[in-house]
Amino acid sequence: MLKRLQVHIRKYWQLYLLLLPAFVYVLIFSYGPMYGIIIAFKDFKPKLGYLGSKWVGLEHFKRFLTYPDFWKLIRNTLSISLYSLLTFPCAIILAVLFNELKGVFFKKTVQMVTYAPYFLSTVVMCSLVILMVGRDGPLGQLYKVFAKEGMDLLTIPEAFSSIYVWSGVWQTTGWGTIIYLAALAGVSPELIESAKIDGAGRFKIIWHVNLPCIMPTIIIMFIMSTGNILSVGFEKIFLLQNELNLETSRVISTYTYEIGLLGGQFSYSTAIGLFNNVINVIMLFISNKIAKKVSGIGLW
Amino acid sequence: MKKKKKVELFDICNVIFMLAVLFITIYPLYFTVIASFSEPSAVATGKVNWRPVGFTLDSYRQVFAYKQIWRGYLNTIFYTVLGTAFNLFLTIPAAYAVSKKYLPHRNILMGFFLITMYFGGGMVPSYLLIKSLGLINTRLVLVIVSGISIYNLIVTRTYFTTSISDSIYEAARMDGAGELKTFFSIALPLAKPIIAVMVLYYAVAHWNDYFNALLYVSDQKLEPLQSVLRRVLIQNQNALNETLMQQSMSPGELLDSAKRAYAAYTMKYTMVFISSAPLLIAYPFVQKYFVKGVMVGAVKE
Repeated sequence: MLKRLQVHIRKYWQLYLLLLPAFVYVLIFSYGPMYGIIIAFKDFKPKLGYLGSKWVGLEHFKRFLTYPDFWKLIRNTLSISLYSLLTFPCAIILAVLFNELKGVFFKKTVQMVTYAPYFLSTVVMCSLVILMVGRDGPLGQLYKVFAKEGMDLLTIPEAFSSIYVWSGVWQTTGWGTIIYLAALAGVSPELIESAKIDGAGRFKIIWHVNLPCIMPTIIIMFIMSTGNILSVGFEKIFLLQNELNLETSRVISTYTYEIGLLGGQFSYSTAIGLFNNVINVIMLFISNKIAKKVSGIGLW
Repeated sequence: MKKKKKVELFDICNVIFMLAVLFITIYPLYFTVIASFSEPSAVATGKVNWRPVGFTLDSYRQVFAYKQIWRGYLNTIFYTVLGTAFNLFLTIPAAYAVSKKYLPHRNILMGFFLITMYFGGGMVPSYLLIKSLGLINTRLVLVIVSGISIYNLIVTRTYFTTSISDSIYEAARMDGAGELKTFFSIALPLAKPIIAVMVLYYAVAHWNDYFNALLYVSDQKLEPLQSVLRRVLIQNQNALNETLMQQSMSPGELLDSAKRAYAAYTMKYTMVFISSAPLLIAYPFVQKYFVKGVMVGAVKE
């Protein structure tokens, strides 16, 4: 075994050399923190270090599961991520409609414009949201017309998930169409022609020809998004959070940040992060398995 | 005849729908621009809807005088240029190596990389690692952290396997060129399109990043633009008020506090516009490269 490795290295050392920087980097910066996860099972004291700190077993996990707000955190996280998942078809619908557009120039323009918001940074995006839904922003003003009372919409806890999800739709739906458009370009024109000859209308062709043809892509994208079910983006929620909407906007990832990096409870925070990550991986496996059973398509 | 009419109706509805989509996409950005050119009191009282009211450049004058923005801009350019170079150094050679089917243990190596897409140490262990390396509050950390995106590695690998034919490599091998020589003199020049895509992907990620700065950098001198924006736009610090105070002192007239609040509010729109303008201006020219990246990524090996 070792000898074979030696032979391999002698023969392929140049390839390995090209791979080396990335390998070392990932080893240190991705696997290093994974090793650091052991502090989730310890009472980590920076002075004692990773190895010197005392083992406490599942203490931190027990603490998290019995934390009075545990279910609230889970509920907030799940409701935001399931709500986001509901908007999954938006990109597919838009892609299908793009595909039906006749004028090339118009099509290109709409595509270019709808892709653009994807490139706004999270900070700029959230600032825009805050300005738009604020008391004086256009959406705030619109709210005033209906509710007769001015209000910063981000201070309404019940509105938080909607603001989060629909601003996400605004930002990413256009970009999300690209992958489906690529798939739609692969639909054979003969199939569409023969459907036409059979007397199928536009909707029928979309439903019975286009959608089945891009189904594999849809399934793969869907599996990928279910794998993130408990990891709703920290970055955006963190920025949209304020004291008044915390009731519904505090999710697992922002809580991890609060108690870990702001509160200094390193071990407890790591335990929660691990809990979150493991559930995500399990979800990914489950949805992959189901998809494979149902359609024969999976990530692996 | 009847059938033809039906088809037309579909197209008309579709075009109307697309116009609505266009409006919804553009309006918030358009509003930002017109608000930044308007009289602060008009913006704050909702009089600005379709065009600037009381056209003024005051807000721009005030933002341009705000020094931290420019320091943030310079820092971001520094992190973006060096960080992207580092990203390429890690990604391109590695992608070439794993694109070779004869690389021994190729699947194990790919697994080694792929696992990190789904599983990671999390916030605190990452922070502790960076801390133990002595990188907290350094410029270096924002250059090297997130050094490789595995997704980009896969996209680049796919490009190497699908867009450069094996026969070219064969010829080089016949001439006795080693892998290093083949990589630098043949693969790299042919990979220019994917390198362009990667430069853009990584550069945008650096430009837009605030998360790493949030975790690892607290020194305001090292802050990238996004962190400055977060402080001013989101945390609502009265930094804007202070600059306004200083400025209003000089011409001799002191703005009253309500006016100052209005001005600060309009300045936010100006800052949003100024900070995203470079990307939005460059965007139409480089758009096709971004799309290409997604397309290459969608090809299955």
